[in-house]
Amino acid sequence: MNVSLFLTCVNDTLFPGTGKAVVHLLERLGHTIDFNPEQTCCGQMHYNTGYRDETVPLVRRFVELYEDAEAVVVPSASCAGMIHEYYPKIAETTGDSALEKSVSELLPRVFELSGFLVDKLKIEDVGAYFPHRVTYHPTCHSLRVLHVGDAPLKLLKNVRGLEFAELPNALECCGFGGTFAIKNSDTSAAMVGDKIHHIKQTGAEICVAADNSCLMHIGGAMSRQRSGIRTVHLAEVLASTEEKPGGKQ
Amino acid sequence: MKKENRSSLPTFEQSAGHYLADTQLRKNIGHATQTIRKKRDDVTGELPDWEELRESGRQIKQQVMNNLDDYLLELEESVTAAGGVVHWAADADEANQIVTQLIREKQETEVVKVKSMTTDEIRLNEALQNAGITALETDLAELIVQLAGDESSHILVPAIHKNRSEIRDLFKEKLNIEHLSDEPADLAEAARLYLRKNFLKAKIGISGGNFAVAETGTVAVVESEGNGRMCTTLPDTLITVLGIEKIIPKWCDLEVFMQLLPRSSTAERMNPYNTFWTGTTDGDSPQEFHLVLLDNGRTKVLADETGRQTLHCIRCSACLNICPVYERTGGHAYHSIYPGPIGAILTPQLRGLDDSSAASLPYASSLCGACYEVCPVKINIPEVLTHLRGNIVEHNKKNGGIRFKMDSTHVGMRLMARAFRSRKRYERLQKIGQTGQKLFEKDGMISKLPGELSKWTDFRDLKPIPKQTFREWWRDRS
Ligand code: SF4
Repeated sequence: MNVSLFLTCVNDTLFPGTGKAVVHLLERLGHTIDFNPEQTCCGQMHYNTGYRDETVPLVRRFVELYEDAEAVVVPSASCAGMIHEYYPKIAETTGDSALEKSVSELLPRVFELSGFLVDKLKIEDVGAYFPHRVTYHPTCHSLRVLHVGDAPLKLLKNVRGLEFAELPNALECCGFGGTFAIKNSDTSAAMVGDKIHHIKQTGAEICVAADNSCLMHIGGAMSRQRSGIRTVHLAEVLASTEEKPGGKQ
Repeated sequence: MKKENRSSLPTFEQSAGHYLADTQLRKNIGHATQTIRKKRDDVTGELPDWEELRESGRQIKQQVMNNLDDYLLELEESVTAAGGVVHWAADADEANQIVTQLIREKQETEVVKVKSMTTDEIRLNEALQNAGITALETDLAELIVQLAGDESSHILVPAIHKNRSEIRDLFKEKLNIEHLSDEPADLAEAARLYLRKNFLKAKIGISGGNFAVAETGTVAVVESEGNGRMCTTLPDTLITVLGIEKIIPKWCDLEVFMQLLPRSSTAERMNPYNTFWTGTTDGDSPQEFHLVLLDNGRTKVLADETGRQTLHCIRCSACLNICPVYERTGGHAYHSIYPGPIGAILTPQLRGLDDSSAASLPYASSLCGACYEVCPVKINIPEVLTHLRGNIVEHNKKNGGIRFKMDSTHVGMRLMARAFRSRKRYERLQKIGQTGQKLFEKDGMISKLPGELSKWTDFRDLKPIPKQTFREWWRDRS
């Protein structure tokens, strides 16, 4: 399949390793990848902070870039959630029925990475090797906006060498929440404090999630505590093989 | 002249730190909410049709909101036909005046009250006090809060922030009890003896209501202690203050809500006390029943298509108990009668966006969505939160003046929006970031950033932007 990669601004700029991992992984599975450098951001940060008007051009841009795509893969559950949950609503408010139509036609072809692998390609074992004790934080938007279900867990459980450790209170938010982490930084810090407490309880070396923004928050707070626990995006675990081990920082 | 944001109350972000630092409060609230969450999961999980019930609840409420005017008139008619008197109050002042006047006519100076959010919302107790009338709260937790001169911190468990020994000390002091243990039974007995005296002499009772049935004129109060039933049945006169959104169309609709409410709120299959009354009955007190129907901003909420679902709320407090923000700050940081997720959407709509304290509440959420998942009437709280944030930004763009235009979040948002609209500007911004960060990098990590961004680095490190962006790697590769 020819897969269009919508990488998102956070991954492109701060976590290029995640993008490379997606490319390696999907190529290994026999797909061709296309990355259009005209892409920027999904608009989630603006939308969630209340800057609705500023989101409209980004919805238009997304539709123009991917209208003809066979499949668009997004290695970020919250950005994919934004696209699925809010793009139709934003398109509706513009009163532009052509845009509305394009959005609704495009959405069934837009996938978060783990959903793309498990639900669309029907693969649960991607042939990965990752010899670490790992816990998984199901980010709020992957759970409650995008409803990825247990696709990431199915994938992780098939990774050779990986020792999986269940995260206590996994369903609770880590306290990132986009601009919430800055505007209400005290509360956000209290939330991530408890999240880290639970991660430590697992004895894991690495905390994995499908969203680098949440991991940036959790990992940043763990680094401040000198906890010795690292964060790694799901894609990087799945891309990792015995020949090409990943997960290094 | 441009309007500046006004409110005498602090914003959420100004207050939160204070409450977060209170370790006893964190422990009390954390423990209480975790326990009730678990119990709630159990009792909702045992109903095979729980999701269908939620959907029915949502649909009934939606139907009410779409035809509220008709249902209100029907309610007035049926209450009047059953011997009650209906009063209409546009705002808090009017409602308080009506209640004060009714009590004055009876020449009473003391009334007993059952816990009611609506009367808290209009600050009825204060208004009565100014008129020389003492209103005694009879709900145990509400009594504790009243004796302590405190404010409630949870819509269902107002004293959730206090533990047993704090309550024991309070009772000893305020109720003049010499010896008292902090055993729940002893504490309850002390309150019981104190309240009983007052129930028996009260001539007037004041209540809120959970539901009002338009078809029959029946009002319902559900509670755990029976004190509410004493308030609504012993006095000669009963005055009920009810928000206009509390209506349900038919008697049979109670079937849905009497399952949704107790399971969502106290995690019980049924409330211990469910009191229903329809007008008055000869020879069985109360002989006079007054129903005050309160608007106080509700019709304004009704007019907003997205915000309207806020009025579906049955005040079960499930959203408070699940909310990770509420769990850590408690209710007081919200500076609102309605704290937690429901407060974050209801309060700014009722008080208006000029009120800076209320307008800070939609941002007091990480948008994790847990509240939406538990809400028994399926209010999409995250949707309303983002909708209100949008309204706030629009409001500020119009009225915020120069202060808003200089606000760092606003400046940042505008700058980013501009960059995201063009590939060239976006890539230039990436470069500026890569170069600019060098000033702050130390040992491969950024631990101190200036200005608003310091709020990130106060608690977390930041990995610097790598030398090569993904797009550069991609270009080099192909
Ligand atoms: S918003 Fe929903 S969950 Fe929250 S108190 Fe109201 S009914 Fe309960």
